[in-house]
Amino acid sequence: MMRLPLFEFRAPRTLEEAARILDGERTNAMPLAGGTDLLPNMKRRQQVPRTLMSLRYIKDLTRIRFDHSGSRLGACLTLSDIVADPRFRNGLTALAQAAAQVATPQIRNMATLGGNLCLDTRCNYYDQSYEWRKSIDFCLKKDGTTCWVAPGSPKCMAVSSTDTAPALIVLGARVRLVSRSEERELPLADLYNNDGLHYIRRRPDEILAEVLLDSLHGWKSTYWKLRRRGSFDFPVLSVAAAARFSSNGVVEDARIAISSAASRPLVAADAAKSLLGRSLNQETIAEAAVIAARVAKPLDNTDFDMTWRKKVAAEFVTYALRELRGDDVHAERESLTRNPSF
Amino acid sequence: MADRKVSPDQPTPATGSVGNGLRVIGVPRRRVDARAKVTGQTRYADDIFLPRMAHCKLLRSPHPHARIREIDASRARAHRGVYLVLTGEDVPIEYGILPVSQDEQALCVDHVRHVGDPVAAVIAREELTAFEALDLIDVDYEILTTISDPEEALATPEPRIHDYGEEGNIHKRVALDFGNVDEGFAEADEIFEDTFFYQGNTHLPIEQHASVAIKDPEGKLTIWTSTQTPHYLHRALAKVLQMPPAHIRVIATPNGGGFGGKSDPFNHEIVVAKAALMLDRPVKICLTREEVFYCHRGRHPVLMKFKTGVKKDGTLTAMHLQTLIDGGAYGSYGVASTFYTGALQTTTYHIPRYRFQGCRTFTNKPPCGPKRGHGTVQPRFGQEVQLDKIAEKLKIDPAELRLRIVESPDAVTANFLRLSTINLAECIRRIVKVSGWNEKFRKLPEGRGVGLACSAYLTGAGLPIYWNKMPQSAVQLKVDRGGGVTVFSGTSEIGQGSDDVLASIVAEVLGLDTFDIRTYTGDTDLGPVDLGSYSSRVTIMAGNAALQAAECAKSIIADAVAERLAIPKDRVFFADKRVFDSAAPEKSFAFAEAVCFAEARFGTIGTVGSYTPPKSPALFKGGGVGPSPTYSYSAAVVEVAVNPVTGWITVPKIWIAHDIGRALNPTLVRGQVEGGVYMGLGEALMEEQEFRRLPKKLSHALVHKFPSILEYKSPTSLDMPDVITELIEEPDPRGPFGAKEVGQGPLLPIMPAVANAVYDAVGVRIDEVPISPEKIVKALAEKKAGRTPRFGPTHFPHVDWPESLRVPPPWEGGDGNAVNDVPRTKKPRPERPEKEQVLNS
Repeated sequence: MMRLPLFEFRAPRTLEEAARILDGERTNAMPLAGGTDLLPNMKRRQQVPRTLMSLRYIKDLTRIRFDHSGSRLGACLTLSDIVADPRFRNGLTALAQAAAQVATPQIRNMATLGGNLCLDTRCNYYDQSYEWRKSIDFCLKKDGTTCWVAPGSPKCMAVSSTDTAPALIVLGARVRLVSRSEERELPLADLYNNDGLHYIRRRPDEILAEVLLDSLHGWKSTYWKLRRRGSFDFPVLSVAAAARFSSNGVVEDARIAISSAASRPLVAADAAKSLLGRSLNQETIAEAAVIAARVAKPLDNTDFDMTWRKKVAAEFVTYALRELRGDDVHAERESLTRNPSF
Repeated sequence: MADRKVSPDQPTPATGSVGNGLRVIGVPRRRVDARAKVTGQTRYADDIFLPRMAHCKLLRSPHPHARIREIDASRARAHRGVYLVLTGEDVPIEYGILPVSQDEQALCVDHVRHVGDPVAAVIAREELTAFEALDLIDVDYEILTTISDPEEALATPEPRIHDYGEEGNIHKRVALDFGNVDEGFAEADEIFEDTFFYQGNTHLPIEQHASVAIKDPEGKLTIWTSTQTPHYLHRALAKVLQMPPAHIRVIATPNGGGFGGKSDPFNHEIVVAKAALMLDRPVKICLTREEVFYCHRGRHPVLMKFKTGVKKDGTLTAMHLQTLIDGGAYGSYGVASTFYTGALQTTTYHIPRYRFQGCRTFTNKPPCGPKRGHGTVQPRFGQEVQLDKIAEKLKIDPAELRLRIVESPDAVTANFLRLSTINLAECIRRIVKVSGWNEKFRKLPEGRGVGLACSAYLTGAGLPIYWNKMPQSAVQLKVDRGGGVTVFSGTSEIGQGSDDVLASIVAEVLGLDTFDIRTYTGDTDLGPVDLGSYSSRVTIMAGNAALQAAECAKSIIADAVAERLAIPKDRVFFADKRVFDSAAPEKSFAFAEAVCFAEARFGTIGTVGSYTPPKSPALFKGGGVGPSPTYSYSAAVVEVAVNPVTGWITVPKIWIAHDIGRALNPTLVRGQVEGGVYMGLGEALMEEQEFRRLPKKLSHALVHKFPSILEYKSPTSLDMPDVITELIEEPDPRGPFGAKEVGQGPLLPIMPAVANAVYDAVGVRIDEVPISPEKIVKALAEKKAGRTPRFGPTHFPHVDWPESLRVPPPWEGGDGNAVNDVPRTKKPRPERPEKEQVLNS
């Protein structure tokens, strides 16, 4: 079987202690939350950190605080915690739907919100064993020089595969990053680069500690995910949408994100803008869907044919907007997922 | 004490003859190994840990096709913690499952044929150390041209992947004519020609292959391993290690699923055996999931062309089938697989004239072999989809068409397969009824559809893999004076429930409960030879052997009891752990007491039973593949929902009827049916053993697209639809208590039924599997453009077929021989060297 490489294990009790460890170790250490992504990657030698620093013993990181102005979610909340908590409904439904559709119950019991936001980008040429990657002479993302998806590309094309990030982006989330020297907050949308190798702007000495949300009173949100099996797969295309409606159903504010179609979640601002001041009907939905789908530029490095993924993107936007309008989309939802939905 | 009263409400003892008053057989029961499995106490090969045990890792070729110029392992040997490094020269003798395909080496000596072919083994104190040391072995390769598919293989005779076979990179070509096929086509009102492609896929057992070998305290070899065929491994080890079989003990541990993927002797088994002997230390290997993909032996990708002649009423007049088979890098069971692609077409529907041409090529991919339904699954898909097209053209309901042409019981087919009971018609009628077929077919709204398909499968291959006249299954029984009974047999429990089958048959005959029976199976030291868990052979063959052994034990005990009670022997009756006088049931003994009488009278009670299948009427060369004591039949209806925009396909419900003969344990039978349906649905919708060729100017590697259990898509339990299983029971005279097979047959109708349902739903034909949303969208686009609403292969390449062996079918006076070959008789054949034998699996 596959064995983990040897590593040093650290288990700080406080965020300060954790920040000190990372400061000392710099690029030699990686924070370990649920481990559901990092440990299999280490078995495949995609990451070989000298030190793993567990975040599980830092109590602050599992706190949830809700108040009238919004909420603060500790990065080490498990995805199961989020799925089970009825407060993640209405405005926050997109997050619960995204969390519920990550992997399997066993994995959701371990996997954390922060871990999912920092999830390594994925690619058919990268998420392979050391031996497999050796047989293709490795790739740009790890140990090699060629991007096999686009051999002329100077940039790695690995795909952002986090479910919760697009959902939280349309909810306007910010993240709090803590290091020994400073704390900073930035919009979640700004945490990512469209580069499969340098996909995240978290510095190696920083810990993603919290997700911050403003009140979403009056908002509705949803998350739709394309994958081969409704029970258990990474997304290969996803759509998150959120909207605030006036009492007569006119869109006052809207946000749409398309993900798993590039190295970062993509904000479909033009599509959202097209809905402002209009009510959601067949025409406005179709128009927004076409505009939104334009941002999706899937490549041949995930499951499914890339042209087909591109083709169905507009359809997925339609599902999301119809759901926000209040249509019954249970049949579509059930054909795509076997996870609980909200 | 002998005359203990029997309460009046005790069931009247029945006659005890087969088919009447059964108390164990036919009763849904918890299988004998269930408790161990659900409590985690089953010891699989990887659960074995022994003192001083070393770990083995294999260095595998990163190139799809290359010559090995030199291997330098000196750095690895010097690495701390490494005990031993083996290379091809240490175990050079060639082996393979079939006598005609002895083309594998445990570690490649000078030629690697696919990415993943092993070239060296490191045995170290820790598995991690062994893994790290792999990188310290320097191999100098000379890269050869890579052949990625059969068309390339036909066009590229050089370099040869193997220096045997027909010619170039063609491994095997066969051509058989049963009757005047051209005349048959001339009689047809309509002729249908269709080309289909069935993508390769793999078994995906949850347990990865693992083995532990030791030099035992006496200095002999013992290996625990996840294998379906301990006997064939035993033979291969004796050959490669050049040891007497008597000095080798193979223990097949319970398998966490096999499905055909653990039926070959494997390189890792030979390597750990050799290493354990050299080191005098236990040596273990547990393959990674990726390595299991490289062992493969899975479903062959098959391109096939069906030409079928029909009368207006649906009667078939002739069929011509061509198959082009992607064998991968080694022979494995491939010669048998090739014959199997043409063997069973005649077992479901009456086909009076039949021509079959099959060609298997070598390619630089992991070797294909037997997977559930071995070789018959691919052409069954084509045949059943084509029948759907025929039914539509002739305006006959697909169920009705099949009912009209179902083959008759006890028939001998055009290709000389002797059939036994056939309840296919009843399967079809039952499935039509329970699925509401008549209310659904062509009547559901756009996007919803139903499809129907049927199939047949062997209940045990008629011939062994190596020519011999000995029994193919055997059982030894030990009857203990404490009342316990122990079954010893070479059968291997791969999850299918073979231990339960043996225990239930013995329990039934002796009037016991299965809890009173112990089974020792899969151990070449303890039990008599059984050829293995493949071809759905264990229930019928080992089951009949167990029945014989149990009847023999019963007879001995009955003799003693009859004498004791002074009654005729035929009045002695066994039930409820007691032995009765059936005329005076108040006179009875506990079973243990009865055993004591018998033991006092006749000595230790040990009995044996064995089984050899009946002789086949097929005498022509190649006729060894296809015969079976009897065949199981299945019919299925699949309902689908297809999104007309995205092509997204879901399966809400499946109905399946299976002609089982008799369900020995209905719980197990239903489990096997559902398991087959699950596997079939995976093949229908998503499973693909796919390869990727990198650009020529760059590495040009041919690699498995994604050898991982996450990215090789197979449905999970949550993805399974409701499955309604109907069992059709008419005991078959050749099966123990009338039982036929269930392990493989129910898989076969699922893929074509899905394809037929997609057509009913959205009016497009997907003539290949898997049936993915992308393909449906492409076919829908064709339909919209007014072209043929279809996705699938469009041509069948030219193959230089050999002259057909011409075998007149029985109704044309044929005797089973080819008229243009040396006649063979039904008399026992003279011993011939193994390599010339016609092979089977």
